[in-house]
Amino acid sequence: MNAMDRSRRSALSRRGLFRVAAAATVSGLLAACRGQQATPTPVTAPSPTPGTAATPTPAAARTPAPTVVGTGSPVTYTLENPPQVFNADRARQYSGAKLTYYGDSVGIGAELDQALAGAFQEATGIQITVVPHPPSATETYAVYQRFFAAQSPDIDVMMIDVIWPGAFAPHLLDLSSALSEEARQHYETIIENNTVDGRLVCMPWFGDFGMLYYRTDLLEKYGFTAPPQTWDELEEQARTIIEGERGANPNFTGFVFQGNAYEGLTCDALEWLASTGGGRFIENGQVTINNPQAVAMLNRVRGWVGTIAPPGVTTYQEEESRQVFQGGNAAFMRNWPYAYALGNAQDSPIRGKFDVAPLPATPPNPHVGTVGGWQLGVSRYSRAPEAAVEFVRYMTSPEVQTYRAVVGSFVPTIPDVSTRPEVLAVMPFLETLKDVVRVTRPSRETGERYNEVSTVIFQSVNQILNGADAAQVLPQAEQRLRRIIGS
Amino acid sequence: MDTTERPIATATARAIPRRRIGGMTLAERQAWTGWLFLLPALLVVIGVAMVPLAQTVYYSFTDKRLGALQATNWIGFENYRFLLRDNLWWSAVRVTVLFTVVTVIAEFALGLLIALVVNSRFRGRGLMRAAMLVPWAIPTVLSAQMWKWMYNDIFGVFNDMLRRLGLIEQNIAWLAKPSTALPAVMAIDIWKTTPFVALLLLAGLQVIPEELYEAATVDGASRIRQFLVITLPLLRPAIAVALIFRSLDALRAFDVFYVLFGARPDTQTMAVYAQNNIVAFSDVGYGSAISVLIFLIIAIFVVAYVTSLRVEAES
Repeated sequence: MNAMDRSRRSALSRRGLFRVAAAATVSGLLAACRGQQATPTPVTAPSPTPGTAATPTPAAARTPAPTVVGTGSPVTYTLENPPQVFNADRARQYSGAKLTYYGDSVGIGAELDQALAGAFQEATGIQITVVPHPPSATETYAVYQRFFAAQSPDIDVMMIDVIWPGAFAPHLLDLSSALSEEARQHYETIIENNTVDGRLVCMPWFGDFGMLYYRTDLLEKYGFTAPPQTWDELEEQARTIIEGERGANPNFTGFVFQGNAYEGLTCDALEWLASTGGGRFIENGQVTINNPQAVAMLNRVRGWVGTIAPPGVTTYQEEESRQVFQGGNAAFMRNWPYAYALGNAQDSPIRGKFDVAPLPATPPNPHVGTVGGWQLGVSRYSRAPEAAVEFVRYMTSPEVQTYRAVVGSFVPTIPDVSTRPEVLAVMPFLETLKDVVRVTRPSRETGERYNEVSTVIFQSVNQILNGADAAQVLPQAEQRLRRIIGS
Repeated sequence: MDTTERPIATATARAIPRRRIGGMTLAERQAWTGWLFLLPALLVVIGVAMVPLAQTVYYSFTDKRLGALQATNWIGFENYRFLLRDNLWWSAVRVTVLFTVVTVIAEFALGLLIALVVNSRFRGRGLMRAAMLVPWAIPTVLSAQMWKWMYNDIFGVFNDMLRRLGLIEQNIAWLAKPSTALPAVMAIDIWKTTPFVALLLLAGLQVIPEELYEAATVDGASRIRQFLVITLPLLRPAIAVALIFRSLDALRAFDVFYVLFGARPDTQTMAVYAQNNIVAFSDVGYGSAISVLIFLIIAIFVVAYVTSLRVEAES
């Protein structure tokens, strides 16, 4: 993702996420209490953590018997009470090792990191220094690059964006032997994305995918019974709603997405092409961006700009589109899951008036969503690789993913976790969107040249949105991509 | 120096038996001492300016990539050959030069006007001088973000005003349309840096002696004539400083463009293009070649300014 978006959206979104998370936590606790009265739960006290010792919350104190999830280890869903370190016995043999972990930069993500690292340290004696990575993904990329160029042992475990495994693979430890069992629990596409030349270079940690937000109240008002299944339906519904709403609100628009020339547009374009038979830019080492379906779809999207989409959409990133949609000025939006919690925040004008659906597709092509999200990797230059692997094992486990989903609204990368009721209570869309095909950007096969590849793609698509003919632009893009990947 | 100091040195030397220390005369020793005192400063300049510059020039002849494991190769002028045929680079040069010419002229004209106004005596002048610096004091990244919202096509204040005045039917997407994108970013830069130019010119205005104007008034020169023959010529050093500073700044414009447009191809400046190649693409070799060309283009501007202003001063 580009320099600004990830940081901005996390900063802006965290408050909202936290609010939702807090609500979920309370209901989770209530459920726990009720459960306890009905059937006695096994009396395994949660392992004491630095968090609980320092700041015991009244809620946690009042519920001695926590909810039982998955493996049977007891977990209460509060920030201060991270899941038990199930691999503590195995990890304790590396007690005394020192790890530096580049974790989440701000907000709830950083707090969760502190709590989890604290619990792990307490249980295993492995010392963990949590360093927040720079808020911008581009900056973080540059920081890692410098560490790796110097083969520095000063970084052991780090967050890896979903598009980086290809670029950083030579510097990351192969986790396939140590974590093969665990890897099987995660979504296959993400594991595939993180596997470079047969080496599993990082473990999925939390996910992201593109989805369609729509206004339930407006669809109902104009007599549409279901969200659009195809792009034709989206155009039709958007036109009808705009026609009806423009009188009252001259700023009203149909569909907003990410049209700015940056990484986000590559994600959107991938969905447009993959959902209409236009391919995935680069497949099996071949550049496939220039094909009739891709030309047709991109010219179609160009036609949206200034009609069903605002003329300024070619400058929008995630936050601009969210502001328009959340302000009640659009019927549809393509965005990541983070906008869900924000849209339902107390002060949101569209609270309770929207829902999410899979992005439209042209049959027989499937509904797709571009995969985003973060992984955890271990540096090859680490002085304590075994201890680092144990830390990753704990951090990416179903227990921790459940905890992070409930407390922080982080989308799990494990299908089993996605279907747990306490997770669905926070993110109900995980159920409705579970059949969406998750498509990945061609980052693995293009490796360290991915940024150049993506830049060619988003610059070309942006040119088309600004009025150029796709039939002219795509052949040039094809040539430039060929030169970069050398095929 | 030689004529005045040598006799004293020899006179002193005659009084003291050892007339030479380490085979050096006093003048030589003084020169050495001078260099010794200069040494720390020189080392700093070499360390922070010359070494990186030389390194950049060296990299520009290689295929160095950031964080790559393979060895770096010397590839001669290959980067430059490619650069000269690179449409994106030439578009970036066009954007940057156009941006520089328009903004520097506008900032100079407006800055001079403002400087003349705040140089005259009126109530609240001190407050005025402080207030006019506000746009310049706001970090560019913040003010760019603020303008981005004002330009917004849905809820931007400009569209709202124009609509209320009945001047437009449809909202204008200022930053999206290629025809308005560059003027929009020029407006931001002019808003932001005119106060800086005004401040430099104001400093120049304040050192012009009041008596000159009094004499000119006695001689019956009009205000316009006074401006042309007294103010402008005496302001020339300040003008030179202002123009050179502003042009150099504008030629390496980065932050406003980066915040507003990112890597959008038709609004990239030279600096954005260089940054994109080095940081995002890890292509240090190519990025260095771009940086060297930026350096040369800026050097051309500086030489042009310095010579033209000096020639005018002599004629």
